[in-house]
Amino acid sequence: MPEVRTAPLVVEFPFTRSLGPVQSAFLTGLRERTVLGVRGSDGRVVVPPAEYDPVTAEEIRELVQVGASGTVTTWAWNPAPRRGQPLATPFAWVLVRLDGADTALLHALDAPGPDAVHTGMRVRIRWAAERTGAITDIACFEPERSEPEQSAGNGRQPIPHDGEFADPVTGITTPARLDYTYSPGRAQSRYIDALADRKTIGERCPSCRKVYVPPRGACPTCGVATDAQVEVGPRGTVTTFCIVNIKARHTANLDIEVPYVYAHIALDGADLALHARIGGIPYDQVRMGLRVEPVWTDDGRFPDHYRPTGEPDADYDSYKELI
Amino acid sequence: MREVAIVAFGQSDHVRDSAETSEVEMLMPVLHDVLAQTGLKARDIDFTCSGSSDYLAGRAFSFTMALDGVGAWPPISESHVEMDGAWALYEAWVKILTGEAETALVYAYGKSSPGDVREVLTRQLDPYYVAPLWPDSVALAALQARALIDAGLTDERELAGIAARSRTAAEANPHAQLRGPVPAGEHLVAPLRTGDCPPVGDGAAAVILAAGDTARRLTDRPAWIRGLDHRIEAHSLGVRDLTDSPSTRLAAQRAGAFERPLDTAELHAPFTSQEVVLRRALELDAPGSTVRINPSGGALAANPVMAAGLIRLGEAAARIQRGESDRALAHATSGPCLQQNLVAVLEGES
Repeated sequence: MPEVRTAPLVVEFPFTRSLGPVQSAFLTGLRERTVLGVRGSDGRVVVPPAEYDPVTAEEIRELVQVGASGTVTTWAWNPAPRRGQPLATPFAWVLVRLDGADTALLHALDAPGPDAVHTGMRVRIRWAAERTGAITDIACFEPERSEPEQSAGNGRQPIPHDGEFADPVTGITTPARLDYTYSPGRAQSRYIDALADRKTIGERCPSCRKVYVPPRGACPTCGVATDAQVEVGPRGTVTTFCIVNIKARHTANLDIEVPYVYAHIALDGADLALHARIGGIPYDQVRMGLRVEPVWTDDGRFPDHYRPTGEPDADYDSYKELI
Repeated sequence: MREVAIVAFGQSDHVRDSAETSEVEMLMPVLHDVLAQTGLKARDIDFTCSGSSDYLAGRAFSFTMALDGVGAWPPISESHVEMDGAWALYEAWVKILTGEAETALVYAYGKSSPGDVREVLTRQLDPYYVAPLWPDSVALAALQARALIDAGLTDERELAGIAARSRTAAEANPHAQLRGPVPAGEHLVAPLRTGDCPPVGDGAAAVILAAGDTARRLTDRPAWIRGLDHRIEAHSLGVRDLTDSPSTRLAAQRAGAFERPLDTAELHAPFTSQEVVLRRALELDAPGSTVRINPSGGALAANPVMAAGLIRLGEAAARIQRGESDRALAHATSGPCLQQNLVAVLEGES
């Protein structure tokens, strides 16, 4: 078996989400160091607040202010914090029922060790120095060592609140990044290995005899593994194409001037067209049936583009099944 | 109501890293296995339904490429759920009940090895209040375990016993990833130790469903689905009682689990502590109960995410097909801390 090919793959999403009225009031409140809850259909105070009742799904809008201190309802000691988590040193994950609330909020508790944490312990919010209207405006919780401060909401009873703040937060942007080690599997590894020698390898279905390029390991018609490697090309025929008039924003394509042609190309011997850019010919002279060949750059791991071979155009009947 | 049965079950060997195969390359032998068990060809299947998640391996639309392994051209009747394959089975079961299909192929696969599954699973959480904190799947399970211990419903010793029983049972399961003696290990997120957590790995599974006499024709002893239901709880962890699973109990009631004694239960409990919750909700520790729990080793022995729930249904059905069970419960879960639960009751021909 050939060596397994792998490559790092980073998937990043800068999710931008709009907020409902309850979420907006809650997150804006955090920015102002005020914790809001919402009264559910059964009268209990839900913190963090939901737009709809967790049980009845009724729309709920009656906001109340609760305390910045509360009680740990369960916890878990995290000896090895991971990327993105609230604290970089070992901490406890906690569910905290804030004073005046009937449900618990998930966050981190900064504590010296697991022996310093127990269910039922009193904790209070440590606010982030810079607050934007996000759950991370709570930097973490910390053990409450003194009597709770006597300020708004710090009693046991929730206080009605209109949810009105100047300059309310109406949306959040939450970047998310996931790191992967990509491995393409057997068939695509063989394809990539062959490209290193500037050869294009397809794979033949043992049942219907079609040759797939690039191969993905299975014949989508027959549902069986493609197993026989077949070298195809290097020349091929344009089966169909489009003219690109908008310059790409992607960095990989910044050097390509518009308009240019992007085409489906049936390599000689292949039963599936692959796609690539056509160069070496004015864009308005590209046509179906044009015979083309790959152009490699010195450091290219795949053809940079395809250009005309100068052969006569292919007969329509020779590629009509591949359009 | 129409009778529907599981008539074939297959699964891959579950491994830590399947980098040498793509998803379809991993899945295809399993599909061919279940088809061969029934003598059906892919084109004989009326409906195909799969479960998977592109987030696991970071491959957009991987499920469409996995379909290459089915042979989806000319076009077939097909559906996909971004969930465990147990929910794909539910959809296929409903499709057969409507009379629109006589047979169905259900499959699921998951490759956790390319990414960091603990981080990947944070992306299923509430994006406003929870996901920005990146609480990983082990951390959330540990909060549930602590709640159980504080409530006096279990202790670390019992949890270690569940781990040991599961991996001992897995010695008889050639597909399992983790079997035999496994040390309790260090605390990963206390109170959960490495031994309380499932192995991270890759794998695939498939079943074939068939109705009535078709099922009887395809196999000697169909595993009849006598009831099947799934229920979900609030997504906010702080709203729920983490020591209980009312959704499991309700699904089990509606599936008829409590009507007669069971002899087997395949529970989808990736963490030891979750088995404690499920056993209570399903009343499996009732006096006189002789239920064998997770004879396959369960998710603690092999946990290909997105397939591990379907495998519970498959393992229970296979036990019935082999004549080792007459009435089995199969359970699948989804989401953090057993948020959503599916229960099936399977029986052999009486």
